Amino acid sequence: MAKMRLREPQRLFSPGTPPLRDFSGIVRRFNIDGPLLSGLLLICVFGLFVLYSASGEDSHLIVNQAIRLSVALVAMLIVAQLPPDFLRRWTPWGYAAGLLLLLLVLTKGDVGQGARRWLDVGIRFQPSEALKLAVPMMTAWYLHDRHIPPKIGHLAMITLLIAVPTYMIAKQPDLGTALLIAASGVIVIILAGMSFKLLFGLGALTVPGALVLWNFMQDYQKQRVLTLFDPDSDPLGAGYNIIQSKIAIGSGGLFGKGWTNGSQAHLEFLPERHTDFIFAVLGEEFGLFGVLGLLVLYMFVIGRGLYIAVQAHDTYSRLLAGSISLTFLVYVFVNTAMVTGLVPVVGVPLPLVSYGGTSMVTLMMGFGILMSIHSHRKLLPH
Amino acid sequence: MRLLSPIKDHHSERRLFIGRVVIASVVSFVLLGLVTARLVQLQVFDHELFAEKSQGNRVRIEAVPPIRGLIFDRKGRVIAENLPAYQLELIPEQVDDIDDTLNRLAAINLIEAADIPRFRALSGSSQQFKPVTLKFRMTDQEIANFAIQRPRFPGVDFQPRLVRHYPYGELFAHAVGYVGALDTNDVQRLELARYAGTSHTGKTGVESSFENDLQGYAGYRHLITNARGRNVAANTTELLDSLPTDQTAAPGSNIYLSLDVDLQQVAYNALEGRRGAVVALDPTNGEVLAMVSSPSFDPNLFAVGMSKDQYNELQNDLDLPLFDRTIRGTYPPGSTIKPMLALAALATGATNLTRKSICRGYFQLEGNEHRYRDWKPNGHGPVDLHDAIEQSCDVYFYEISNDLGIDNMHEYLTRFGLGSASRIDILGERPGVVPSKEWKRNNFRDRDNQRWYHGETVIASVGQGFMLVTPLQLAVAAGTLGNRGTRYRPHLVAAVEDTLSGDRVLVQPESLENVAIDNSFYWDFVLEAMHSVMQGPRGTARAVGTGAPYQMAGKSGTAQIVSIAQDEKYDAEKLLERQRDHALFIAFAPFDSPQIAVAVIVENGQSGSGVAAPIAKAVMDQYLGYGKNATP
Repeated sequence: MAKMRLREPQRLFSPGTPPLRDFSGIVRRFNIDGPLLSGLLLICVFGLFVLYSASGEDSHLIVNQAIRLSVALVAMLIVAQLPPDFLRRWTPWGYAAGLLLLLLVLTKGDVGQGARRWLDVGIRFQPSEALKLAVPMMTAWYLHDRHIPPKIGHLAMITLLIAVPTYMIAKQPDLGTALLIAASGVIVIILAGMSFKLLFGLGALTVPGALVLWNFMQDYQKQRVLTLFDPDSDPLGAGYNIIQSKIAIGSGGLFGKGWTNGSQAHLEFLPERHTDFIFAVLGEEFGLFGVLGLLVLYMFVIGRGLYIAVQAHDTYSRLLAGSISLTFLVYVFVNTAMVTGLVPVVGVPLPLVSYGGTSMVTLMMGFGILMSIHSHRKLLPH
Repeated sequence: MRLLSPIKDHHSERRLFIGRVVIASVVSFVLLGLVTARLVQLQVFDHELFAEKSQGNRVRIEAVPPIRGLIFDRKGRVIAENLPAYQLELIPEQVDDIDDTLNRLAAINLIEAADIPRFRALSGSSQQFKPVTLKFRMTDQEIANFAIQRPRFPGVDFQPRLVRHYPYGELFAHAVGYVGALDTNDVQRLELARYAGTSHTGKTGVESSFENDLQGYAGYRHLITNARGRNVAANTTELLDSLPTDQTAAPGSNIYLSLDVDLQQVAYNALEGRRGAVVALDPTNGEVLAMVSSPSFDPNLFAVGMSKDQYNELQNDLDLPLFDRTIRGTYPPGSTIKPMLALAALATGATNLTRKSICRGYFQLEGNEHRYRDWKPNGHGPVDLHDAIEQSCDVYFYEISNDLGIDNMHEYLTRFGLGSASRIDILGERPGVVPSKEWKRNNFRDRDNQRWYHGETVIASVGQGFMLVTPLQLAVAAGTLGNRGTRYRPHLVAAVEDTLSGDRVLVQPESLENVAIDNSFYWDFVLEAMHSVMQGPRGTARAVGTGAPYQMAGKSGTAQIVSIAQDEKYDAEKLLERQRDHALFIAFAPFDSPQIAVAVIVENGQSGSGVAAPIAKAVMDQYLGYGKNATP
């Protein structure tokens, strides 16, 4: 173990050292991971530039987004101060509370755009957001003091832990989020060493599973899948988004049309251009190089996350860090693949770039956990 | 705190984990590699194509609305058609200042100021090249007026479009219904791909119930437009080749109704604008021949669009012109149910063919002072069942009501189709009520009200009290009587025609459960009594039926809607016009083999035989070829 440091348990203000001595000191004291934070900030700043153009140069909207970003960063810092052991002990309670909130949503939630996703307790929020962290935490907690790789019985138990919230969220209906949450749990199992034989066996079962899912889907969701295979079949309806976003990206070429010069975006051909389809604006205005630049930043963040996971000292931290990093990858992949027409249009925003605050806070809290895991490593007896 | 459990092997666990992370990293690279490959495909290899699509000339997809199916009467006369009309349209992406433009249009009286917020909302939709219709039909003067000022209104223009038109106006307003502008409810309910470019949808009657047949499917074509949204000619062949193929619109199906324009006209005229309804149908197959609710309104107002004031006037009219009395109006049937109750009483043994009553003009239950009055103050004298139907003696039915009982009444009237939806092929029907003991138990909260009282059976025997039926149900019942119990589901649509192939699918008659009364002599007896109502020496409607060139049968009804206090003389003068009795009549003809059954109700018409019967007669005359301007 190369980079092992022996440190005192973290305290925010230790009386011995004068406060704010130097930058790295601050960073260390607040349990911040410098490389991760840098990567995230670069993505966010790049994102604000794209958003400014995508929103039709609406500075009011940019200020809004910046405020949300700040709130999310503060949330990240707060989470980073919570030691992993503390998180682990509270995990089952958090998970149970999450399920309870979901139950409340299904019975008492506010309906918006045909789905019941919101809960109003002073502030309106989506409990499914909390589950994005609670599910991987719970699966990691369950595996923490069990044999690794997990036995069949344990796998069944974990499947149940993942399936219950997934089902409840799919019922809202919010299939996109449900799939992402299921993915975050499944990633934990895979990282825990579930045998590939079993995995591929189950993978083979997805064919009948997909048929069941097809019956579960609302008409508009079926339409999205069908439109993927043939967007020209419904050029005014569901296919419109994909057609226009492909035109936007394709017309951007290698270097793009230049910042705020995208005709697809600015002549309002591209729908949802500052939310789910912002990646198309990026492609149109910054070209292939701009897009690849952003993807590299994402890769850096994911890579740093996996590095933190590998460095982690206990099962819980390891699995959780791995899951958070790889789930982030799933977000990036699903959004970019959707905007480029590789997968159906599922309402997944481009993380840290799309306009909208709900998911940003959850994402940043996830990175806060990564930071906490990294800075709270302990020297362990081997 | 439990950091470790003894069974764990940390080194192997970590090795396993690192292995998995490596695999995950590879998968991540593959996934992002896929996206990158896709980006290279779009931005490098297909760049030219997409650049062309987005720059300069842009491909615009324009919806081609389908032509809505026509509606014909049984003789092929057009009841609903599509006429070209100029409509005023605004294309949002071509207008710099929407508010200013709308205000100026209102200033020259082309649109109403009250509609501006609605148009502004419509103009804000995501597809800015889609025209927003400001006015569905412009008059010649409006077109001339606008044409001069057009340069002042960039982005606003008039376009020829097809507008639904109902040549017979108010004649079919309820049965055929009307189309109206798509509203937010419709947008959620309908399959939008079919409605691209369409501004209207069926709202009531056949137009709404057969929307799926009438609408057709939208097509689309691809246009090349410049930055201002105007069409431009294609100047490069590559550009044309890059266009996907167009799709033509599939027109909606034509619908043939069983309604007859002439018969409808006769029925409508006979009502003379009074509040009421006429339903005529063919008892041998359930085809509805005439269906009039009066007063009516002009359905073209809805198709073209009307001002808020006009709409409020229709909506707030005390005579309820928008209300379809034929299927939604529920009325006490009065004495029209007597033939059916007579059959019920015979079948259950509550009376027989020879039983006589002495009618003194009123009836009293034992131990009760209350007098149930006959319509004839001094009574009919001695009457048997035949006389009781012919002269509509109430006392006879009061007397047998106890033996018959409310549940038998309910049973038999329900078999005739009263008090339940007839399942006619247009939506919005009300079921009405034929009460029973069970019904009363289920529909009242109060214990005392849940009990069924003797007196309620008595008044039910003359179609009063809780009983409520629709004119359509009465027409079906009249046909069932004429048919000796054989029943058909009533329907307006006779055939649906594929517009392109010309193939017609005929609607087959649908039998309903028969009124099973096996003794055919009972039928003979009761129908003969109904015959006497119109053409017998003492029939209540003999003034209408006597001397007619064909044989007919009927039954009058006069339904109280205001209860009269004991010993107070009925005085029509004293009652407000709207509290007068409803006049009802049911009839069928020819007597031997009925071809038409009619039900008429005139609200507050006072006399079934005097007011409603002549209307029924006029309709039958017309249908059987004896009308004033009939073409036999």
